[in-house]
Amino acid sequence: MMKRKHRRMLALLAGLAALSGATALVLIAFQDNIMLFYSPSDIAAEPPRAERSFRVGGLVEEGSVRRLDDGLTVEFRITDLAESVPVTYRGILPDLFREGQGVVAEGTLNPAGVFEAREVLAKHDETYMPPEVAEALKAAGQWRGQDSVGASSEGGAQ
Amino acid sequence: MIPEIGHFALILALLVALAQGSLPMLGAARGRADWMALAGPTAVLQLALMLTAFLALMQAYVVSDFTVLNVAQNSHSAKPLLYKITGLWGNHEGSMLLWILILALFGAAVALFGGNLPATLKARVLAVQAWIATGFLLFTILTSNPFARLVPAPANGGDLNPLLQDPGLAFHPPMLYTGYVGFSIAFSFAIAALIEGKVDAAWARWVRPWTLAAWCFLTAGIALGSWWAYYELGWGGWWFWDPVENVSFMPWLMGTALLHTAVVVEKRDALKVWTILLAILTFSLSLIGTFIVRSGLLTSVHAFANDPERGLFILVLLCLTIGGSLALFAWRAPSLKSGGLFHPISREGALVLNNLLLATACATVFLGTLYPLFLEALGGDKVSVGAPYFNATFVPIMAPLVVAMAIGPLLPWKRADLPGALGRLKAAALLAVAAAFAAVYLHRGGPLVAWLGMALAAWLAAGTLTDWTGRIKLFRAPAGESWRRARSLPRSAYGMTLAHFGLAVAIAGITASAAWKGETVRIMTPGDVADLGGYGYRLDGVETLRGPNYTSDTASFTVLRDGREVARLTPEKRRYDVQRRETTEAAIHTTGIADLYAVIGDPDGRGGWTVRIYHEPLVPWIWAGALLMVAGGAVSLSDRRLRVGAPARRRKTAPAVA
Repeated sequence: MMKRKHRRMLALLAGLAALSGATALVLIAFQDNIMLFYSPSDIAAEPPRAERSFRVGGLVEEGSVRRLDDGLTVEFRITDLAESVPVTYRGILPDLFREGQGVVAEGTLNPAGVFEAREVLAKHDETYMPPEVAEALKAAGQWRGQDSVGASSEGGAQ
Repeated sequence: MIPEIGHFALILALLVALAQGSLPMLGAARGRADWMALAGPTAVLQLALMLTAFLALMQAYVVSDFTVLNVAQNSHSAKPLLYKITGLWGNHEGSMLLWILILALFGAAVALFGGNLPATLKARVLAVQAWIATGFLLFTILTSNPFARLVPAPANGGDLNPLLQDPGLAFHPPMLYTGYVGFSIAFSFAIAALIEGKVDAAWARWVRPWTLAAWCFLTAGIALGSWWAYYELGWGGWWFWDPVENVSFMPWLMGTALLHTAVVVEKRDALKVWTILLAILTFSLSLIGTFIVRSGLLTSVHAFANDPERGLFILVLLCLTIGGSLALFAWRAPSLKSGGLFHPISREGALVLNNLLLATACATVFLGTLYPLFLEALGGDKVSVGAPYFNATFVPIMAPLVVAMAIGPLLPWKRADLPGALGRLKAAALLAVAAAFAAVYLHRGGPLVAWLGMALAAWLAAGTLTDWTGRIKLFRAPAGESWRRARSLPRSAYGMTLAHFGLAVAIAGITASAAWKGETVRIMTPGDVADLGGYGYRLDGVETLRGPNYTSDTASFTVLRDGREVARLTPEKRRYDVQRRETTEAAIHTTGIADLYAVIGDPDGRGGWTVRIYHEPLVPWIWAGALLMVAGGAVSLSDRRLRVGAPARRRKTAPAVA
């Protein structure tokens, strides 16, 4: 039977080991996996590195949505009404994707300055404006005071 | 008139909660039996009043009484009856009502079934329950009144978000809330124990069944929500590490840890302080789970309409509950006597490891979920933390846990022989290696971690069965002897076996679906065949159909394997009449080994349709695994020794067993 003091020590050491292991994991994961959010104005001012993943948010520019001949690739522009960035996406767009609506796209910028989206985040509510998009519009001085109610993002169940 | 009765009942419930929270607590402190005796009847009265309020609102929903603002905003006369009823909790105000109703239900259950609890403990537990109820009743009445009237009443309502008009989601919130709120009992017992200054085996025997019941509901609720995301969102995924999923997952992780330490307190009278802390943390995380999405701090699918006033109220409430209970813990915990000693290599030691890893995993999820919030509050960049972060932190922490999970149950209490236990797991180790090789052989090109996941699943499944066969001495004793042992094995042992085996099944499903999911997106015209995962999907046609409150483009696919028809899939794209929203209804055929999953998108204007097809290997195993875990919890709960009234009966049956 171990002494109480030793047992405490052991528990403490195990706790410290778990904690430091977890910290290391968290730090490594944070380094690689945190995605920054850019507005079209941010990209115009200082484009992110080409291979770096990030999110861009704004409104889908009116009249910019075009389907390429393969029928799957969609081109559109995301705008904060001051600047805009061209986006391509291959696949099925979310149910509520529409011109004039707020969207958040996730992907990388290619050398030609076109944002290649891996994912376009839909919203489950059409009166909803993703908070990032609202911020971007405010920053560009284009905010028209839309009530932001409701919900976001493609994922999420509970 | 009826909504006013509901509103009045809600206010009365608040007054009753105030009485229930104060008098019994004072009575317990001063030894006044008459004051303490108030706790039971007030808890039952509380339930009656909450039930009245709940039924009043339900009546408004069922008859579509649009003079009630909440109904007008969230219901519609043309909606199917099921969704009229479930629409009640598809919004912020209504779901608050459901939350408090469940809280009252648990309180009344303790009052009615806790007959053999010591009077002071019972009074204090129910008083703490009433404090929680007071906070949330105040919140509901002051900021989120579900009975507010609307004048003039509109001709028809705004309808429920079509995504929520689905059986999976209709029953998901009550399950989840029952889980969250169920942990309030463990919390109340912990606070009461801190006030009493006493934690013993009997205390753990009362806490454990409540925790187990809450855990079962939470497990079922999370699985149901995940299943809903899987078939309703049409993305072919079932877990997105979305904030709203994470906040339900954190109390599950903590609750799982609590479940295991409660066993140690009950059997060995050790780890008491830690168990109290876990009970507080689990319920705190449940509160965060229910409310952080509503405070508007994190947005997600269920970010119900939020206003700043509510957010502030919620934050104050969370700070008071969590801060207050932790302060009480810091003040009183040192006075709790710590109990039995144990060697690090023992069942207790294994359970400590379980707790350590679960708590660490929970902490990394917490950090990832709230980091964007902290960073923004500090004026930093806007960031999002996505699935890669969680996969990179959570999985490496869970892997050693699963390894230990097969060993732990083989270790006896107090002091164990680790080489002996490992020796018994030789077969499991062989099976794990075989599973790894099979995974590598069957799926060349899959990610490397896939074989590790399959090996872990096989290891855990085989290890769990090793424990069970060892207990009944299968093949080492005559068959009759084994049969007798199998029958006399306590149900809680079967519960553990089932739940651990269920996790193994789920791990296999999770690994396979993450590693070998197949996906194709293409334009198809009727007659085209798409090949994926050994199956051919032939688009037969798309027609426009009319549903009760929507129209849909319904595609029909014939799925072929070697030229033979396997299944027909009819994915839909629905447009709901009232809100003019579109939803995707995926079509899924399960073979038991894989799901064949098809989604229909937009027409391309030239007779073709965008189509997305997924081959989802072993995904049905995830739900089967979750079901096994819930069943394990339920079986363990039915163990007579765990029942609330058990201590008295146990003494009577003990000689017979010996």
